[in-house]
Amino acid sequence: MSMANTAAPAIAAASQDIAGPYGPKPRRMFSRRNIFLYGTLFVIAAYYLLPLYVMVVTSLKGMPEIRLGNIFSPPLEITFEPWVKAWSTACTGLNCDGLSRGFWNSVRITVPSVLLSIAIASVNGYALANWRFKGADTFFIILIVGAFIPYQVMIYPIVIILREIGLYGSLSGLVIVHSIFGMPILTLLFRNYFSSMPEELFRAARVDGAGFWGIFLRIMLPMSLPIFVVAIILQVTGIWNDFLFGVVYTRPDTYPMTVQLNNIVNSVQGVKEYNVNMAATILTGLVPLIVYFISGKLFVRGIAAGAVKG
Amino acid sequence: MSKSERPNPLFRNLNAKVASIPMILTAGVVFVGGTLWTVLYSFTNSKLLPRLNFVGLDQYYRLWVTPRWLISIENLLIYGAISLVFSLVIGFLLAALLDQKIRFEDTFRTIFLYPFALSFIVTGLVWQWLLNPDFGIQHVVRGLGWDSFSFDPLYNSSIVIYGISIAALWQGTGLIMCLMLAGLRGIDEDIWKAARVDGIPMWKTYLFIVIPMMRPVFITTLVIIASGIVKVYDLVVAQTSGGPGIASEVPAKYVYDYMFFAQNLGQGFAASTMMLLSVVIVIVPWAYLEFGRRK
Repeated sequence: MSMANTAAPAIAAASQDIAGPYGPKPRRMFSRRNIFLYGTLFVIAAYYLLPLYVMVVTSLKGMPEIRLGNIFSPPLEITFEPWVKAWSTACTGLNCDGLSRGFWNSVRITVPSVLLSIAIASVNGYALANWRFKGADTFFIILIVGAFIPYQVMIYPIVIILREIGLYGSLSGLVIVHSIFGMPILTLLFRNYFSSMPEELFRAARVDGAGFWGIFLRIMLPMSLPIFVVAIILQVTGIWNDFLFGVVYTRPDTYPMTVQLNNIVNSVQGVKEYNVNMAATILTGLVPLIVYFISGKLFVRGIAAGAVKG
Repeated sequence: MSKSERPNPLFRNLNAKVASIPMILTAGVVFVGGTLWTVLYSFTNSKLLPRLNFVGLDQYYRLWVTPRWLISIENLLIYGAISLVFSLVIGFLLAALLDQKIRFEDTFRTIFLYPFALSFIVTGLVWQWLLNPDFGIQHVVRGLGWDSFSFDPLYNSSIVIYGISIAALWQGTGLIMCLMLAGLRGIDEDIWKAARVDGIPMWKTYLFIVIPMMRPVFITTLVIIASGIVKVYDLVVAQTSGGPGIASEVPAKYVYDYMFFAQNLGQGFAASTMMLLSVVIVIVPWAYLEFGRRK
């Protein structure tokens, strides 16, 4: 309980001076309540961190140590070999060039998908917020309801559409699929954001003769950087973590990282190398984790915006 | 909006209409068209390729006598019940804990939420490793001297779905916590003061005052959890691949396997239509309340 604070009473006192009595009355730092509260929080936090810890620890051990030891004990001898192997030589089927292939596929899927889906959705949201035309709301409601339809219902028609335009199995096809399924949530996000902007701004620009694209590019875009960041966070993690679309719409040599990871770990051939598996698992989770830890509160805002309608 | 500026209503908003073409195509062709297409072809005996050879409800009859589908539905119900109850309870409790004006709130929130940033594949593989009876938790506890300790949910077909639920809860409760926390922060501070003045104990304030006030948050959360339940797929693929045997199969996996491996499209379409039906049962009343109220 070293975290029990010394500064809190002072802060509480200070805020009382400014704004009158506020919040619960200051408590002793080792009150029974605090011990219970922080004790519970620490136990739960340990539970949530445990899998991450085990992943890291396992990936740094050699196989002999894993066979003898216990998954929670720290490595006696740290080795980075599993990481190297997972990245560059682990086998999936006939390909033995490791997860690096899946990583670069995922990069080539995620970057254009994020850009395309956000470009489309931001214009959609702008049109819905500021240039509502007859019937627009109908399509918008279909779009939102569509977000709840199980993907399984639409998977096969999309296979046919992609086959017809010759993109089935290609990365471009998958980019289109991600743009389609990212559209409901992103459009909602942008529509709500643009709706909250002052109407006078839009009117003034209209009076000055700016048109649809002029207002969008020169007034709306520069003012909506935060919502674009939120959308990027939402899409990067969502698309990177996708498995279903990757497995349906790509071929083995264009598999995204998640699909390749699953194939490496769950392949039935050969001896199970748990350290390599865990290294591969961390590598796959690394990109969204980095995005998460860097973005902090914006990530929360993103999922809240995506989850709760504004 | 700009009625006085442009005389011809046909060309008014032309740019907006052009810009909305992707949305119109997605909503019209993919969402509505694709759904209707799948429902239509679920009444055919399509095998390798979709064919309009109608056989009535045959695919549905066959679906409901296939053991694998029945197990999938049973699993989905158990998984769904666990997800709903425990995500709501744990999510709310965590939010309530974080709402006690604690220090390091951001740190704790970051820790509880980070699994949500990970994919179901990563989640499933980590928990597959933790629940591995030869190396994981069971092995460690036995090593401490409790030789008869048994905890191998992923290798025991009667409890495998609970093993999957553990992983799902680890991954998803952080999100529910965040939604609940936002809801708690929306409660007026005066409510708490009034309750304290009246000497109402804290748990009673939560149960009888705060939770009823958070009804909209609970409904939204419920819809989010429910729509996630039906989609469960990657987690099962990563953790057990449906095993042992077919003990942890789920509907989404049934659909995928029949469409792309068993070359029995009709079955896949019928199964996916059943999935759609289950979502419609949940969504329609909610959408009716949500959109009906606004008008």
